[in-house]
Amino acid sequence: MNSADPFIIGGRKFSSRLMVGTGKYASFEQTAQALEISGAEIITVAVRRVNLDRSKESLLDYIDPQKYTLLPNTAGCYTADDAVRTCRLAREAGMSDFVKLEVLGDEKTLFPDNEELLKAARVLVAEGFTVLPYCSDDVIVCKKLEDIGCAAVMPLGAPIGSGLGIRNPYNIRIILENVKIPVIVDAGVGSASDAAIAMELGCDGVLMNTAIAGAQDPIAMAEAMKLAVIAGRLSYKAGRIPRKLYANASSPLDGMIS
Amino acid sequence: MQIVLNGDSVECVAGSSVASLLVTLEVARERVAVELNAAIVPKADYEKRLLADGDKIEIVHFVGGG
Repeated sequence: MNSADPFIIGGRKFSSRLMVGTGKYASFEQTAQALEISGAEIITVAVRRVNLDRSKESLLDYIDPQKYTLLPNTAGCYTADDAVRTCRLAREAGMSDFVKLEVLGDEKTLFPDNEELLKAARVLVAEGFTVLPYCSDDVIVCKKLEDIGCAAVMPLGAPIGSGLGIRNPYNIRIILENVKIPVIVDAGVGSASDAAIAMELGCDGVLMNTAIAGAQDPIAMAEAMKLAVIAGRLSYKAGRIPRKLYANASSPLDGMIS
Repeated sequence: MQIVLNGDSVECVAGSSVASLLVTLEVARERVAVELNAAIVPKADYEKRLLADGDKIEIVHFVGGG
């Protein structure tokens, strides 16, 4: 299925539609194992100061940057200026134009500040970045991000790390019907069924971190998410039956014994 | 001379370049990005960019994140 149904983003072709974060794991070994089992090809990372006092051991000692497409984020940025600055540093550190742009509005909800997000997106697209913005599940914002030239839109399913699932599937459907660029649900997924629901809605991909890293068994959950994304995509492509209020027998009525 | 390195004021040998600072800190240049007084220093310029007293330098890399 994967070879016939490639996931193209920023002009690059991927076979996995599951994108995963690398934060909150118990160890770098566990991070590497979960990534491997998830089958993800695109993984997010954060940009932070090098710790000059402690161990020089880093994430990249455990993860082969040749094997994965690193997607640096702007987590923790509350202004367009900070986000743009972080993206420029990320490009210099990683030698890639891919960035997950997030500009937060509030510490409690971690909801996007859409005004600052649009401002940052304009600057970054003009500077040649491949911008994947984390945004509200709002079709107007998504259309503006598309018009600016973003490579995808990544509406939230629910607040970051909340595990509440896809809270407004109708908003996601409206976004899917109105933008032509890939739609990736980013944030809110808690379990495999949430990931499958996102894919069954017709989303092009799902991005998650806490749902895997915070699970009691992150390695098992990484596999569950891989399968859920594949199952959800197949189910979407296969075309589900219409919902009906009354029963419709599966066995023939002819030939019944009397 | 004094520079501000990742937010901390530290002593630095006069005439140090960005490259020599990274060597002293045992930081692999391939995996970091360096900002000097809020402007990115391209990797190709690490040798020729010399540090001056009071410079603010940020050295960042990738860490786990979502």
